[in-house]
Amino acid sequence: MNLQTENVSWSVEAKKIVDAVTLAVAEGEFVGLLGPNGSGKSSLLRIIYRILKPDAGVIELAGANVWQLSPRQVARQMAVVMQERTGDFDFSVHEIVMMGRNPHKGMFDRDTTHDFQLVDEALARVDMTDFAQRSFLTLSGGEKQRVLIARALVQQAKFLVLDEPTNHLDIHYQLEILELVKNLGVTTIAALHELNLAAFYCDRLYMLKAGRLVASGTPEEVLHPDLIRQVYGVWSEVATHPLTGKLVINFFPEALGSRLNGNGRKK
Amino acid sequence: MSMLTAIQSASAGQSRATQLRFWLLLGGLAVLLLVSITLGITLGPVEIPVSAVWRIAASETLRVLSDITSLDLSGWVNIEEDWSKAQFNIIWLIRFPRVLLGVFVGAGLAAVGVTMQALVRNPLADPYILGISSGASVGAVAVLAFGAFAFAGIYAISFGAFVGSTLTFFIVFLLAQSNGRLNPARLILAGVAVAYFFSGLTSFITLTSDKRELARAVLAWLLGSLAGTDWPELTLPAVVLLFGSLYLAMQARGLNALIVGDETAATLGVDLTRFRRLLFLAVSLVTGVMVAVSGAIGFIGLMIPHIVRLMVGTDHRRVLPVSIFVGSIFLIWVDVVARTAFDPVELPVGVITSLLGGPFFLWLLHRQLKERGGL
Repeated sequence: MNLQTENVSWSVEAKKIVDAVTLAVAEGEFVGLLGPNGSGKSSLLRIIYRILKPDAGVIELAGANVWQLSPRQVARQMAVVMQERTGDFDFSVHEIVMMGRNPHKGMFDRDTTHDFQLVDEALARVDMTDFAQRSFLTLSGGEKQRVLIARALVQQAKFLVLDEPTNHLDIHYQLEILELVKNLGVTTIAALHELNLAAFYCDRLYMLKAGRLVASGTPEEVLHPDLIRQVYGVWSEVATHPLTGKLVINFFPEALGSRLNGNGRKK
Repeated sequence: MSMLTAIQSASAGQSRATQLRFWLLLGGLAVLLLVSITLGITLGPVEIPVSAVWRIAASETLRVLSDITSLDLSGWVNIEEDWSKAQFNIIWLIRFPRVLLGVFVGAGLAAVGVTMQALVRNPLADPYILGISSGASVGAVAVLAFGAFAFAGIYAISFGAFVGSTLTFFIVFLLAQSNGRLNPARLILAGVAVAYFFSGLTSFITLTSDKRELARAVLAWLLGSLAGTDWPELTLPAVVLLFGSLYLAMQARGLNALIVGDETAATLGVDLTRFRRLLFLAVSLVTGVMVAVSGAIGFIGLMIPHIVRLMVGTDHRRVLPVSIFVGSIFLIWVDVVARTAFDPVELPVGVITSLLGGPFFLWLLHRQLKERGGL
């Protein structure tokens, strides 16, 4: 399942939050969306998953304009994992995951054995089987994310959108969640704020600044100290890890950074 | 058997057990409802034998059936009419319709409460607290005072109440928005303010009207009462309750998604705008029709869903049907208390629900403030 956005823009009161963004996610890719807070990552994702209607531009999912599909049709093809709080209303983990079947169900349809199997398989896949009857509200952040990923699996969508899936999680859970998603092998676009994780897991990256795309390509093509300095306003050093072969980025505060940079230490 | 299938059967089995418990609960509640209706009819200042209740009902049903089909059915079932004329009047003409109205109104308000709480994602929502009932009262009183909506004939009062409830819900909803999001604190405050305004308006219309009978009617509307119901008045609430609750029950999956969050609902395939509009209409219609016949009976929609969620969890496929039963049983008994406990004074049922509901609301509010540090 592939996704394309073409010249997508969205503004709030004359302020462009997303500005003429054109990007593409090919079948099977894990694409990372980077950028500092307020760069428009979440807004762009919300446009992609059809919550925000863009002022201009087209979003195509498998060649079809998402605004010409019904929410139900979109939901059968695209699943979204976002920060979620159920507030005052508690559901069991099993119930939350079963909601993933909603887009496949008519008004009179009941949960079938097939639905139960899908839920069980999904819970097993995210290693949450023992939590099926637990209350969702009592779970930790990492557990909640895993449950929401299970719901996305049950949705049987071919395209996955993740909005900062590792936000507020311990490093252990950050790795666990991304490892899980990567191993699903589903076409994915994820907004990420942690550059090292993005470099490690993503096939390709898009970098946003103030709503505009400023770079795109493989991690090696995108993650340059100059660009990081320009977008995030910090000094950094990018190296290749001897064992993983992936990029590793170190960040430096202003004083130290300018001194190191003066010494010409750049990759 | 592979490990995965072992897990599967365990989970499906667990859910089958949950399902069985749910149907047992529903069956139990159905029996309890029948018992409550029977007792609700027999209890009162005039002693009525339990056996007479359903025999009168059967003989009346038979009579109506033979009227409709113009067949002589009396040969089929022989019911010996051993009750007096006075007993007949009390049972069939006074208490039966009154208890049934309690069933419909209790069920309707509970279903509306469940739906509103999902719609605004706030357990404090209730048609009374958010001012919808007051809006409906204004609509109803306007019909009586000015003869508005005369085209609707005998349903003019219900129509007026429906218009009033829809408008009010819309106003409260608009007032509660800030930056395109529903703010819980604003929602409650807007509801309370609107409720006061419309209660004032109802009193104003009544007191300045030259129609004398209005003054008495308005008390019933402001306080909420099931007294003085007759059979023809039951038709509309029964039909609206039937279709309203069927519609809502069919939307249970959507309500589940909606109560988790707008974006969640949308990404699970709910057409938010359309779904919200339909729920809006359903809530306003049921509230309007119930208020038109019984006035503003408060807090049913607040208390019942909350108690039911403690029993069966949040899944609307269970919460809705159970709330409908619990709401009707609850209102039957509150009305029994209202008309018998303070003999010779008969209280409007809304007085008792408010006395129970006010503290309940405060308790919920307190819990919410403690857990979240805000509304």
